[in-house]
Amino acid sequence: MQRTGAQIIWECLVHEGVRTVFGYPGGAILPAYDAMLDYPIRHVLVRHEQGAGHMADGYARASGEVGVAIATSGPGATNLVTPIATAQMDSVPMVCITGQVPGKLIGYDAFQETDISGITLPITKHSYVVTRADDIMPAMKEAFHLAKSGRPGPVLVDITKDAQQASFDWSWDDKPVKMRGYHAHRIPAKSDTVKAVELIKAARKPLILAGQGVIQSNAMKELRAFAEMVDAPVAVTLLGIGGFPASHPLSIGMMGMHGEAWVNHAIQEADLLLAFGMRFDDRVTGNLKTYAPHAKKIHVDIDPSEINKNVRADAAIVADLRETLREMLDMLEPVNHGPWLKYIGSMKGDTAVRDIQRLPDSGHLYAAHVINDIWRLTSGNAIIATDVGQHQMWEAQYYHHNDPRTLITSGGLGTMGFGLPAAIGAKMARPDAEVWAIVGDGGFQMTQSELSTVAQEAVKVNVAIINNGYLGMVRQWQEFFYERRYAATPLRSPDFVKIAEAHGLVGLRVEKRPDVDAVVERARNAEGTVVIDFRVEQEDSVYPMVPAGADLDAMIRRPERPVLVETADDPI
Amino acid sequence: MQHTLVVLVEDKPGVLNRVASLFRRRVFNIESLSVGHTAEPGISRMTIVIDSDQVSADRVIAYLYKLVNVLQVEDLGAVPAVTRDLALVKVAVAGHDRAALLRVVDETRAHIVDSGEQTMTLEITGEPPHVDAVIARLEPLGIIEMVRSGQVAMRRGDTALSAAG
Repeated sequence: MQRTGAQIIWECLVHEGVRTVFGYPGGAILPAYDAMLDYPIRHVLVRHEQGAGHMADGYARASGEVGVAIATSGPGATNLVTPIATAQMDSVPMVCITGQVPGKLIGYDAFQETDISGITLPITKHSYVVTRADDIMPAMKEAFHLAKSGRPGPVLVDITKDAQQASFDWSWDDKPVKMRGYHAHRIPAKSDTVKAVELIKAARKPLILAGQGVIQSNAMKELRAFAEMVDAPVAVTLLGIGGFPASHPLSIGMMGMHGEAWVNHAIQEADLLLAFGMRFDDRVTGNLKTYAPHAKKIHVDIDPSEINKNVRADAAIVADLRETLREMLDMLEPVNHGPWLKYIGSMKGDTAVRDIQRLPDSGHLYAAHVINDIWRLTSGNAIIATDVGQHQMWEAQYYHHNDPRTLITSGGLGTMGFGLPAAIGAKMARPDAEVWAIVGDGGFQMTQSELSTVAQEAVKVNVAIINNGYLGMVRQWQEFFYERRYAATPLRSPDFVKIAEAHGLVGLRVEKRPDVDAVVERARNAEGTVVIDFRVEQEDSVYPMVPAGADLDAMIRRPERPVLVETADDPI
Repeated sequence: MQHTLVVLVEDKPGVLNRVASLFRRRVFNIESLSVGHTAEPGISRMTIVIDSDQVSADRVIAYLYKLVNVLQVEDLGAVPAVTRDLALVKVAVAGHDRAALLRVVDETRAHIVDSGEQTMTLEITGEPPHVDAVIARLEPLGIIEMVRSGQVAMRRGDTALSAAG
């Protein structure tokens, strides 16, 4: 059948099972937009292409499917750079389609011409520049295959305007993609699992470090069976949250810079670390020289380049985690590590007495209260998208996730402005789920224009702004490491209630703990999106904290009696 | 320590850029890089010489394999290999003893590939230290222009590197 390149783009998206795309039109992508009207795919018009990228990202993380963002050439494409880098760092399957100036104009500094494939070369898994209509389908098929297989990641497909306009006699090619230089390692080598199992059998203090790979290989069930079989506690990375139920008796919580104190101590004392689909990020290890000094390390990752990158593995398995766990389960007998688990449990008491939830109610509103209350009121079943900063860490600490793909957060790149668009994308992927964006007053303002998208698309995502009047995490670093010299961190924000109302949404404000429940419930029950401005304690900090590069167990702990900052209208 | 990496890649636009970008990103200085066809259509062969420790070289190899167009990587630092470098050197012949130049040619297996009124162009092929040595002898005679191909290398013996792996 006769098809234009533009039509082939949509034919391919339909064949790939894409239901929703996020984008912004412009000159060089106009033929594709014109063809769009004839295809059964929902297009979400964003307010800035960065929003489109983060929405595609949130869509992908919430569903496990490939997220698709579309932009025009030049500035449209460059506005996708931050979301592409975000997706690359967090291994998110994403395909970005950009229009490019006509082939004969490339290199002539044509209007809205930019070398987007060159710009994104180091932040994509792969990229394509397509200058002929015939090449669109092979590029699209490979792009989807690459984005979702092996270690997922973003793929860019840059298509010239004339390639979109040209037409030829086209038909869908059903053959699976074969790429000579690309092979996803799936099945573990027997010799590797044998070696790992020997280490597991010899261990007395084993500890599982569960990363996002658990979720991406869909190994939740296998991980649970494995942890129970070897009786090992499970710590999670930020992106691993949800891969192991927080309510499981073997769950000990998050590791790393703002991880639980007992988790970091346990890692330093363990005699075996089982790293499953995680990459020993510096935020997770602290000082590598003193990291887990007594532990042998088993590292399972689908990406061979992660092995021995930061931490040397005593046994390495390059394979799909789910396949690996299944094989190892067949080779193991149940064991008991009661004394080790009891010891870890005994360390929790110290943290409990410092916990802000246990303090007598002073009337002050703390972010931890708000997030813990949202957790309680949503029964832990909501999908939460966060921005980056203090509220993100409090979310990780005080919202207990039992299910995968329920925390959507920018880990590796730490992209402020991620939260709201990611929440929109997540809601598009999981329309039946309750979705909240928990954001700071700083990050929210980077992409708050997407409230217009929320209104236009009639998406229901509730927004909890943890408003402390500062760029809080930077302020915290200034407090701890820069003698409280608050350079450029005090933040004056607009009236978020009015901002919501200006978008035709409901805006509410909460300043006291007793009001939290009613307002959260009102937001949950409201038909449309509700934006809640939570005015929280201004100078609260995230504890514990491992200073960057310090030993993992050298944590700054929350003082047992936190110093409450007095404010003029609220003396204590 | 010098590492000579042989990289077989698919011959597609942008591949050289992807490979070079990888070294740039990790702040590796490439000492030499040469690219050319192999016996198999569609497959190119790069020879990349870097100065790095073993750990970093291993990292680079792991990252090279992540590139979709990279088929095979071999580190020839660890195995016996034949390496060759080629230089074309234009040397001034006026103003000094022409016989001195011819003597260098004679003693070093250099070839005269072109001669003009004022200059003579020599081709020197061999292991890189040999090429260095000949160039050192030519320097006093006045080098006008020089180009070197960069190293190409191949493992000794019957083992062959193939794109099929």
